[in-house]
Amino acid sequence: MKYTDEFRDPVAAKGLLDQIATVVDQIGATADSPVHIMEICGGHTHAIFRYGLDKLTPPGIEFIHGPGCPVCVLPMSRVDECVQLAEDPRVIFTTFGDAMRVPGTRKSLMQAKAEGADIRMVYSPLDALELARRNPDREVVFFGLGFETTTPSTALSIQAAAREGLGNFSVFCNHITVPPPIKVLLDDPHMILDGFVGPGHVSMVIGTHPYDFIAQDYGKPIVVAGFEPLDLLQSVLMVLEQIRDGRAEVENQYARIVPEHGNPVSLAAIADVYEPRPSFEWRGLGEIDASGLRIRDRYARFDAEVKFGIGYAAGPRVVQEPEGCECGAVMTGRMKPVQCPQFGTGCTPEMPLGALMVSSEGACAAYYQYGGARAAEPAT
Amino acid sequence: MCLGIPGQITAVTDADRQMAMADVSGVKREVNVACVVKGAMEDLIGKWVLIHVGFAMSVIDEDEAAKTLEALRGLGEAQETLEAMAQGAAALEGRQ
Ligand code: SF4
Repeated sequence: MKYTDEFRDPVAAKGLLDQIATVVDQIGATADSPVHIMEICGGHTHAIFRYGLDKLTPPGIEFIHGPGCPVCVLPMSRVDECVQLAEDPRVIFTTFGDAMRVPGTRKSLMQAKAEGADIRMVYSPLDALELARRNPDREVVFFGLGFETTTPSTALSIQAAAREGLGNFSVFCNHITVPPPIKVLLDDPHMILDGFVGPGHVSMVIGTHPYDFIAQDYGKPIVVAGFEPLDLLQSVLMVLEQIRDGRAEVENQYARIVPEHGNPVSLAAIADVYEPRPSFEWRGLGEIDASGLRIRDRYARFDAEVKFGIGYAAGPRVVQEPEGCECGAVMTGRMKPVQCPQFGTGCTPEMPLGALMVSSEGACAAYYQYGGARAAEPAT
Repeated sequence: MCLGIPGQITAVTDADRQMAMADVSGVKREVNVACVVKGAMEDLIGKWVLIHVGFAMSVIDEDEAAKTLEALRGLGEAQETLEAMAQGAAALEGRQ
């Protein structure tokens, strides 16, 4: 148990790990017949690898890494559209730095910037708004990316632009929502999922009720978790106890941050600015019904898709994946990152082929960063 | 990008736009507080908030702020966020 040294409270970590081992035994789960727990959020995936929780917990638990890293599920076609927007000489294209290296069909935003496109890495859509104020003769496009955690930020920014009459600001909206892909995975007969660790910061915005269907319709437990390692261990224990007791409930381990009904101001801003798209493409998962958001007609002048006639506004689309990439299989838990033939050779964090290698929240990048060193060490 | 970072509100900068100054690990950054303001903006001064991409999303206590910061440092995310803030400032001045 040497890795527990790294915990803020090693004694508490040890206690939780012992309890987890006991419950795993009570369930009768073993390496050959493990319980499958999916952590939905990419931040959790990162923390699991960083602290070696997959190695510290008994072999009777198998972590399946969920689709909760927005950079990782961004399809090639959307990256291509970003590049197309960025290469328009009228445009200042603003984006979170995380998205710069996601491969597109022709190039990434990083390559486009090197070739002269005016791409600015910003911390916040507020920076993009400010750029629009300072550059009235240019079109400032913000690449709106992320789950429900970041959606309020672009909704509030669009409302601000409307109030100020900032006609040269628009958002290329790629916001996606957590529940629909979970439903797709639960409906997939090949998936074995016994319980979920739910995302903390997404839930801070939407509350816990959007997960009710997981417990009620599918009979699976879900525990909304903080992302400190102790939070994660506690949450895994709560999931296991539900499985042992034959319960399926939505529990909230992170109640100190996550209100049951979410954040009312954020939810109101989202509802005012956005509506669900009929469907949206996810890398590795394909088109998923009502899984993405679009800007409502009343804010159409701030919608880069409408303004520049691209994306879903341009008509039917083709789903593409990079060649030789197993992102889809890894994303759905059918394959471990190391089983992908490209892992570590054709695909590295420096030269990613698939998006799961781009962000530290992607399963492949996390494996690459922490998995190699740990795999070489003797088991404890 | 997905994980918030704790900051302490130090001043109200623009009440109309619901903007305030926050101290994030020693870095000053203007943030939007629309999602956490209840009553007067001034009441937020001195409070700790969880900041996501420039928006305060939740009021937290000091102990939670310290624990969250430690977890973010462990993941390397605190440093990444501070770098992103510096990048944002550079972008505004055309220094990228
Ligand atoms: S190693 Fe690269 S190509 Fe293979 S699944 Fe991971 S991200 Fe995709």
